Amino acid sequence: MRPMSKIVQAMACLLYPSIIVFGAYLIVHGHLTPGGGFQGGAVAASAIALMIVAYGSKKYNKTRLSALESTGLVMFISLGLLGLGVAFFHNFLANTGGIFGELVEYGTNLGNLNTAGTIPLMNIAVGLEVVGALGLMMVILAKGPEKGGRV
Amino acid sequence: MSFLDTHGAILTIIVPLFAAFLMPLLGKLSQKAPRFLAAGALALSSALAIRLAIQVWDSGTIVYTLGSATGTIFRIQLIVDGMGIFMALIMAIVSLAVAIYSWSNIDRYTGQEKYYALLLLVTVGSYGMVLTGDMFNLFVFFEISSISLCGLVAFRSQRGESFEAAFKYMLYSTISGVMILFAIGIFYGQYGLLHMVGISNAMAVNGSTMLDKIALGLLATVFAMKAGSVPMHMTTPDAYGEAPAGITALFVAASQAGLYALFRTGFTIYSSGMNMTTLGWVLIVLGVLSMFIGVTMALVQSDIKRLMAYHAISQTGYMLLGVGVGMAVMADPVLMAQYGVDAMRGGIFHIINHAMYKGLLFLTAGAIIHRMGTSDLNEMHGLGRNMKWTAIMFILGALAIAGLPPTNGFSSKFIIYESVYQFNPILAVIAMLVSILTLASFVKVFYSAFLGPRPSKPVKEAPASMLLGMGIFSAVIVILSLFPGFIIEKIVDPAVSALVPGVELTPLSSGFFPSTIITGDGFWSVLVFIGAFVSIMIIASLIRSMGNKGFTKRKGMGQPYYFGNRVTASARVSGGNVYWGFLKAMERYYKPVKAEHTGDANDYVAWLLITMAVILAVVVFL
Repeated sequence: MRPMSKIVQAMACLLYPSIIVFGAYLIVHGHLTPGGGFQGGAVAASAIALMIVAYGSKKYNKTRLSALESTGLVMFISLGLLGLGVAFFHNFLANTGGIFGELVEYGTNLGNLNTAGTIPLMNIAVGLEVVGALGLMMVILAKGPEKGGRV
Repeated sequence: MSFLDTHGAILTIIVPLFAAFLMPLLGKLSQKAPRFLAAGALALSSALAIRLAIQVWDSGTIVYTLGSATGTIFRIQLIVDGMGIFMALIMAIVSLAVAIYSWSNIDRYTGQEKYYALLLLVTVGSYGMVLTGDMFNLFVFFEISSISLCGLVAFRSQRGESFEAAFKYMLYSTISGVMILFAIGIFYGQYGLLHMVGISNAMAVNGSTMLDKIALGLLATVFAMKAGSVPMHMTTPDAYGEAPAGITALFVAASQAGLYALFRTGFTIYSSGMNMTTLGWVLIVLGVLSMFIGVTMALVQSDIKRLMAYHAISQTGYMLLGVGVGMAVMADPVLMAQYGVDAMRGGIFHIINHAMYKGLLFLTAGAIIHRMGTSDLNEMHGLGRNMKWTAIMFILGALAIAGLPPTNGFSSKFIIYESVYQFNPILAVIAMLVSILTLASFVKVFYSAFLGPRPSKPVKEAPASMLLGMGIFSAVIVILSLFPGFIIEKIVDPAVSALVPGVELTPLSSGFFPSTIITGDGFWSVLVFIGAFVSIMIIASLIRSMGNKGFTKRKGMGQPYYFGNRVTASARVSGGNVYWGFLKAMERYYKPVKAEHTGDANDYVAWLLITMAVILAVVVFL
């Protein structure tokens, strides 16, 4: 895709950080509010779509997006493996008092971000994976097919 | 309990999954790293699967609950019993052999890290399908396996045909995935459960409802499609033919995970609440159709991999037939003891035999294509002169698939013939006829690829890693051939008793040597056969030694003559024309059957949906 006009580029630059922040908000609050890793990741990936539309597809580097995707997946499985002391995917952080480890309050309250153990961490892993994967898809679609096959 | 005793089941699945996710990162660092990571991860998970198998045979079913130390049927569970571990063992052998084989086979291609990542994911999908204990995870792993296979079919992306085959396969697997999800929705809506044993117990209380039967019809069709049964087989030859050779061998094992899911649905979930005779007959009919149409279509192929793909369909028919007979007589303990158990043993033993020899045959075909650059049988000749090891291993695989003694294919087919004959003689006769036609078409492949004058350009033996991959399969085939009785007792019987709990398993092998199988009417012993074979060979060489001593090969007799004229290389009957007489005689059969294989994705989907409608009608109303 070719780059668009200066006006579009400037507006895209203004919107870009707020979209990323909103995506990150959805990812991190996944265990408290509607949203989560996939939804937030999709929102954040729409920032990449905006950038591709404004600046063209040449600027984006597939290698980094692919690495981001892999990192998210490896992080997710690693969190599962860390629970192997009890069982795969055991929530070893919940209610321990450490990171994301506070007890959930009873009754009506606003919700405490610092609860739920590994679930927010897994949301973050999924979020990274989805940003990488959706971004990669959009870059590939925008760039068109590449030569493959025999060396 | 040690760490591996407790977590062996999940680690078998997780190790290749973790390696698959690491693969894109590692592929950036080095071109050669992916192949070692894939082979290492698969070797590790194969070792874990074998360890798990020994544990299951020793101490019975293993239940592993994810996320918690205590298990209820509302949690996600892996349930590893005799049948699941039987299939996992097949996957363990096949995935390792394929990973090693792929080193040389895809050496010339770009995107190797993607290839190996998808290969690992197919393995994950198949392990997951056979080890999981709940329906929803079965669906998830089914999708993982289907989508990764779809990507692998399209791997040789310089060919347009690969994309076409991948598209057709994707249509089939997407439709079937949605149907599984629909069936799971039916279960969840009625019982609020996804756990197989939980659903089965719930059905045992009230009997299965109309909705359950609809779900059964959908699941049976979809899993039979995954296994590649006629008339839902249309995409199989395309996908098998276009995938890289190693992947085709993996494809066979992954399809058998569909077969496993079919048996699991029928035996474990539904047999508690309804009479399984109808579904048994559905399997028998699908099996007979697959056997016959598969083998007759294979006879007319001239592409080596498409030919073998049709044979894969045909061999699946034997498994459906054997296990279908077991399912049909399941309700009657007398008939079950008389021949039902033996039919199931034969059918299940055939699964591992088929995965091994068909895997081997596809790998030899890949080696030929790798060296020749073509898969057309009409353009090949005389490869046996330079590719000796490939030729020997091809003969081993061809003998096994044709069911000739003393191979493993004979052992399982022998049991199927003997037991199915008591159920219905016509079915056994068809099974034998199909076996003969199978031999005929592999004679054709052997004749056209390995015999005849030397190829015009020099051809080298297959690379070492490809030979090693084929060697693993050959070694397993030899072991299965020499000790069939032992294998049935140790590996197949636990699988049968996992599918039909509480069934009485009278030993099939006799006391005097583990490699002798005794059915009601006859016996099969490898030792007796080899003894007879050796003594006949001695007699034949005695007769030969009485002949004219002056004869040497180089004098005159080496040149073939035909109607008084020297036969040149170009005048040789090419592979496609070997059975022209048979094909001419069968023209009235071939004309409509060939016309149905249109190559049009719409027609293929129509066949899938028509079959689904018929099976639904049969299962629901009969």
